[in-house]
Amino acid sequence: MARLIKTEKEVEGRYTEQWIVIEEDALDQWPEGPLNVVGQSVPRIDGLQRARGQAPYTADIQLPGMLHAAVLRSPHARARVEKLDLRTALAAPGVRAAIGPDDLEQLTDEPSYPGHPVAAVAADTFAQAQAALTQIELEWEVLEPLLDPDEAVRRGSTVSETDTYERGDYERGLAAADVVVEAEYRTQVVLHNSLETHQSICHWENDGLTVYISTQYIWGVRDAIAEKLELPPDKVRVVCEAMGGGFGSKNGPGDYTFIGAELARRTGRPVKCALTRREENQATGNRNATIQRLTAGARSDGTLTALGGDFVNAVGWTGWSPSTEGPMQLLYACENMRTVNHGAKLNSPPNAAFRAPGFVEGTFGLECLLDELAAKLDIDPLELRRRNYADSDRMDDRPFSSKNLAECYRRAEPHWERRDEVRARSEGPWKRGVGLASQVWYGGGGPPSYAWLRVGADGRAQVVTAMQDIGTGSRTAMAQIAAEELGLPVDRIEVSLGDSSRGPFASISAGSSTIPSMGPAVRAAAADAKRQILEIAAQRFHLEERVLDLKNGDIVSSDGGSWPLEEITGLLEDAQILGKGARGPNPTGMRVLTFGVQVAEVAVDTETGEVVVDKIVAIHDVGRVINSLGASSQVEGGIIQGIGHTLSENRILDPETGAVLTQTLDAYKLPTIADVPEIVTDLVDVPDPHLTNLGSKGLGEPPIIPTAAAIANAIRDATGADVRSLPITREEMLRALREAAERERHGAPAAV
Amino acid sequence: MNGGGYAVDAPVGRSLAQVLREDIGLTGTKLACGEGHCGACTVLVDGVPTLSCITLVHTVGEREVTTIEGLRDHPLVAAFVRADAVQCGFCTPGQIVSASALVEANPEPSKDEIRHAMAGNLCRCGTYPKIEEAISMVTETRSSSSRGALASKADVQPRPSQDA
Repeated sequence: MARLIKTEKEVEGRYTEQWIVIEEDALDQWPEGPLNVVGQSVPRIDGLQRARGQAPYTADIQLPGMLHAAVLRSPHARARVEKLDLRTALAAPGVRAAIGPDDLEQLTDEPSYPGHPVAAVAADTFAQAQAALTQIELEWEVLEPLLDPDEAVRRGSTVSETDTYERGDYERGLAAADVVVEAEYRTQVVLHNSLETHQSICHWENDGLTVYISTQYIWGVRDAIAEKLELPPDKVRVVCEAMGGGFGSKNGPGDYTFIGAELARRTGRPVKCALTRREENQATGNRNATIQRLTAGARSDGTLTALGGDFVNAVGWTGWSPSTEGPMQLLYACENMRTVNHGAKLNSPPNAAFRAPGFVEGTFGLECLLDELAAKLDIDPLELRRRNYADSDRMDDRPFSSKNLAECYRRAEPHWERRDEVRARSEGPWKRGVGLASQVWYGGGGPPSYAWLRVGADGRAQVVTAMQDIGTGSRTAMAQIAAEELGLPVDRIEVSLGDSSRGPFASISAGSSTIPSMGPAVRAAAADAKRQILEIAAQRFHLEERVLDLKNGDIVSSDGGSWPLEEITGLLEDAQILGKGARGPNPTGMRVLTFGVQVAEVAVDTETGEVVVDKIVAIHDVGRVINSLGASSQVEGGIIQGIGHTLSENRILDPETGAVLTQTLDAYKLPTIADVPEIVTDLVDVPDPHLTNLGSKGLGEPPIIPTAAAIANAIRDATGADVRSLPITREEMLRALREAAERERHGAPAAV
Repeated sequence: MNGGGYAVDAPVGRSLAQVLREDIGLTGTKLACGEGHCGACTVLVDGVPTLSCITLVHTVGEREVTTIEGLRDHPLVAAFVRADAVQCGFCTPGQIVSASALVEANPEPSKDEIRHAMAGNLCRCGTYPKIEEAISMVTETRSSSSRGALASKADVQPRPSQDA
């Protein structure tokens, strides 16, 4: 029976209270370990289509009569439009419509960050639209931008109230410490750079709006558009069959979709609004920079007595202040704590969620601080983490639904013990070392989410749900779950997704939530269909339902009978068996989190400051693994993005004007295949006994979280230098080496 | 192109990528940056990997163009799927086109030769380890004993990590 409850919903670490209708989860979990299909290594069921270039991305869709939009964006971080005349642009070849700040809420005459949309045109071709933008007569009054996050906090320019969290008695905890370390860590702005840029096609048809869009959240886009345009939600159809990466930046419709919708309304034609790479790197969000001023106090045995942090998020003009303090609050059993979070409002492009927002940055600070503390205490860093192991959530004393971090640490030991051997391979200027860092994150998903499943006369099954596969392989995971429940090989399952008008509500693909939210609903739908198949089989074979089961494509009875599934479904002709499933509730009174540890081996050229990552071992506890092959890809992808974050990626602003200087992919340094170390993936693969009928959590985000800190700690192990600022460029590496040498000369302690 | 011929009426200044995607309708070739930095638009022109987004179509002339559509049955395609060298898939056609030129020119590439040949194709999802694996599946990767030969190549600088 459906139940109405008020519950906490978590996405990307942000909690909201809301009413929710849930259906109970009646299925027992499968036994632990790999099953027939679930837990196995299964290549993507849509892999061939993608590899052959046949998958229909938004970028590939051309509708009859479609126009192309181009957007005039402010080149200035802060300015006022003194004069704007669209008439010459309107008269330019191929132009069908032009709009400015008077026409649309998303266009502004007071741009407040570089890339802020000011005007837009629609033309027969994109080249014509771009040419017409240069015809717009425009005069600016350029104003001085606010770019310094500390200055913004001082002036009270913030996106939200300062958020202070305290537990225990922080001052007393510090006073009780035998050793105190303080350090300031900084992380840079990082750009998502999904290879398919943000884009959508808006088409007014059937008395409503159809939107083809590269998105992580079909239903969120639908509802946001319906609300803004005052349409009934069912009059907005959102389609995303294949999409070329999001990493958190594609959770909503974006300004470009509203621009496209308005231009389409005015012209009566479909309008594609696709951002260029340069626009992408100004105006579609970013991982915000942080300044973290951290303090840790511990007794000489390593017990943490106090943790404190003042965190400044350089959010940008709009956006939100991510919980950079989250890892400090959740990772260790420290009784006394004070964290302060400031979200600086600046004349820089708004942030957007980026793969574990806040936690990637906060874990860099916290886990480097722990190693600086371990050095000062002369305690093994792994041992220090074990001595402060949290057995429950210290924020509200809730037990964890499951936590196997101790097992992760155990599995890390053989890699950690290589330290002496690795260090001994140092030669000349090249110093080698090993470092580790732990990780905590959300990733439990939640209701609501729904799936349908239909079985036809041919004995094939189709999962129908309006979710999206953003490249993580969730389509394949859903096919595996349905196949396992139905006792069918995976090649007899189709998954229909990507269209809000062709399936029930499905979860956002963000916050590592697709599998934990959608998987249980798909299993429930398959179980519903299976029950009906067995009911029909029982009548046909004059047996009791309880002696029947589905295995390997057959209906089997406990007395050894076996009939191909088609023998029953073949009776259906045009009738279909329709299963229906919903995601059940999360366990009440428990905290659902993911945990892990990573061990990095690095080499540092102490003469040039070059850092080479040789190896990363990733050991994570994310509950049951659905697809071991796809899971290893998620881990590798997260680590490679983490290496970019640690060593090379950096959005650079002109310090005077605030202009984005790294708009292109030659200026903004993404990792290439030549930058990839050996990566070892080891997943604990124990179902969370309290979480849904699957016991699975998400894996998209955890692997990026501890990567920077593990590398930085390995650098300290190799060289004795404390790198505290990302990216670890050669300049930063050489600065840290100089500082360490200076310290050695003066015989100062290892940390402040 | 791809063993056949197309007559296209294109204005001067139109790129090969635009003609492929918009005029002919072969959308397997992707555009991700449009200025020759990412490799997503890679096609073969007379067998040489070429960035179609910065290649003017009029410069192609009578040369043979091969796109991902012409490589659909190449063993690399199945290998990319089997190795899971496909995540979002947007860079994958370009990766396969580049890899096809590599294995054609060098049937037994070493790990470093794979990395060198593929370094111009960006993948934001991070399928790189699986790309190496996929290419190795269709070639016989040279054993570590071939390192001496590699080190003599001026354009491939072995990093300290490979000496371990």
